Amino acid sequence: MRVVLAEDLFLLRDGLTRTLQEHGFEVIAAVDNGPALLKTLLEEQPDVAVVDIRLPPTFTDEGLQAALEARRSRPALPVLVLSQYVDQLYAHELLAGGQGAIGYLLKDRITHTTQFVDAVRTVAAGGTVMDPQVIARLLARSDARGTTAQLTPRELDVLALMAEGRSNAAVAQTLFISESAVAKHTAAIFTKLRIEPSADDNRRVLAVLAYLKR
Amino acid sequence: MTEPQVDMAQADRRPGSSLKGALADLGRCQLLSLAALAVSGAGTLVVGALLLLPVGIGLLLLPPAAAALRRISDRYRDWAARWTATAISPPQPLPPRPTPHENTTGRHRQARALLGDNGFWHDLRWAWAEPWTGALLAAVPLALVEYGLFGAAVQPFVWRHLGDGNWYAFIPVDSTPAMLTALLLGLGFIAAGLKLAPATLRLHARWSRRLLAAPHTTELVRRIEHLAGSRADILDVQAAELRRIERDLHDGAQARLVALGMTLDEATRLLDRDPPAARALLHEVRATSQRALQDLRELVHGVLPPILADRGIGDAVRSLALDSHLDVHIETALPGRLPAPVESAGYFAVAELLANAAKHSGAPEVHIRLSHTDGALRATVTDAGRGGADPDGSGLQGVRRRLDPFDGTLVLHSPPGGPTTATLEIPCASSSPKTSSSSGTD
Repeated sequence: MRVVLAEDLFLLRDGLTRTLQEHGFEVIAAVDNGPALLKTLLEEQPDVAVVDIRLPPTFTDEGLQAALEARRSRPALPVLVLSQYVDQLYAHELLAGGQGAIGYLLKDRITHTTQFVDAVRTVAAGGTVMDPQVIARLLARSDARGTTAQLTPRELDVLALMAEGRSNAAVAQTLFISESAVAKHTAAIFTKLRIEPSADDNRRVLAVLAYLKR
Repeated sequence: MTEPQVDMAQADRRPGSSLKGALADLGRCQLLSLAALAVSGAGTLVVGALLLLPVGIGLLLLPPAAAALRRISDRYRDWAARWTATAISPPQPLPPRPTPHENTTGRHRQARALLGDNGFWHDLRWAWAEPWTGALLAAVPLALVEYGLFGAAVQPFVWRHLGDGNWYAFIPVDSTPAMLTALLLGLGFIAAGLKLAPATLRLHARWSRRLLAAPHTTELVRRIEHLAGSRADILDVQAAELRRIERDLHDGAQARLVALGMTLDEATRLLDRDPPAARALLHEVRATSQRALQDLRELVHGVLPPILADRGIGDAVRSLALDSHLDVHIETALPGRLPAPVESAGYFAVAELLANAAKHSGAPEVHIRLSHTDGALRATVTDAGRGGADPDGSGLQGVRRRLDPFDGTLVLHSPPGGPTTATLEIPCASSSPKTSSSSGTD
């Protein structure tokens, strides 16, 4: 799988490259600034891009802008965005196109190598991965509005994991319950929140986010 | 000197908007022309006291006379503010009156202080001018209305009895048609008088401001005092902020990194002897490093939210709205980026106002409008909640402290029962000519 990497700190760039190579990815380019990233994304047509939001030359959201720009000419180009912080507004902008193949994670999550590599694979496969912090804040917000008050604690757990882009199997494993129990909870959540059930993982996350951000 | 904040409810009550308003203004003109008597009385008293200074009685007489004049001029300043929203900055308070126990030298000193006081001479100058200029000005609409009443309400009944010499304005009133003309003319005078009353009041207020406003030097002294005070505040706040950051780093991330090093050391030693224990310790290390990162993230967010640094106040407030459990509607009309300190102060102030609305208003939605007009960043936060917000609450005091260094203002309009509107303004120039205008609902 061909990966383009954008990260301006040498140590991190080096570490990320090694981690990805160890897990069988081919890092075709590792750039350290926004313009180079955009150029590479358009020329190299990678299977997935792993991008730091804050890049030179402006050191603002250069990486995010380059990724969004590249997706305008190549829709659904899989992009996993990394950042020192997660912001709801950036999550919205990334999801706005609705094509999926988007990930948005805190840089801390890199230290969980397997989860990080899973996230890269999910995004490359067209899935959506949102950082647990984004989900926690969305849940807290809809909690304060009373929109998730009708869910049981277990269903809330399932919803949070689901929104992070995990499959039923992964949810089951994390919560130590059977996969059929997850399916049952999922059905109950969709009914209670009046979301049309769908087989597609990606659309499932989008539906959850769409519901939560209301 | 910054203009004193005029309460919005008062500013709405501008004169001359209706017949009732015009009548009220006419009454005020009447009051002004009568009050001129008090002004000239007090002025005469002061001049008398000055003339009697050489014989000593003046020493006793001057302070109370000056105080009386000051009370009247203060009343005029108050009227100007209440009737026409014309703010007249008051002079420095008069030197304190001598206590009954003080001896003659004390009185001498008081009198000298009074004679050296700029505001006192301003008051006196005004006391001589006001009866001739201000009172005559105020009398114009009054005279028009009164003469008009004579034409419209009195002429019809008396013209038959008055005979040849009866003129009204330029009409000899000796026949019914002439009487009717006089009546119409009278109505015209009344209308003109009523129409003129609000404008006259405004003119009078402007005239009063010219004579009564504190001298330029007083304003400068006040401005300097204000600046010195707010600079001291800023330094205090800044020092406190640095202390907080230092403490947070020291007790948070720094301590966690130390613990991390110790645990790593321990794990290294256990690696050969007891691999499972080493593994457990390494898991602990990871958890600690994540908490350290979390600490640092929160610290950074408290100093300068990254999205504010990246995108500016518009998107930062939009991001704020996404985290709020209220429905926040945002409208922005900002010319690109503003100076960083202004954006920061504006952002934290809006964040505080939004938090206030979420906590106290009980309203389900909030409207926020950001704009850059007349060289100032202006933010309006409106909710249709229960109102009655306490303008001296700690949150709003904090907002004012944030705006103070920029000469910014916060006007709160929150009648009981709502709605609440908070408007803040921070004078600043925009740093980019590019205009971006957008609106959205989140």
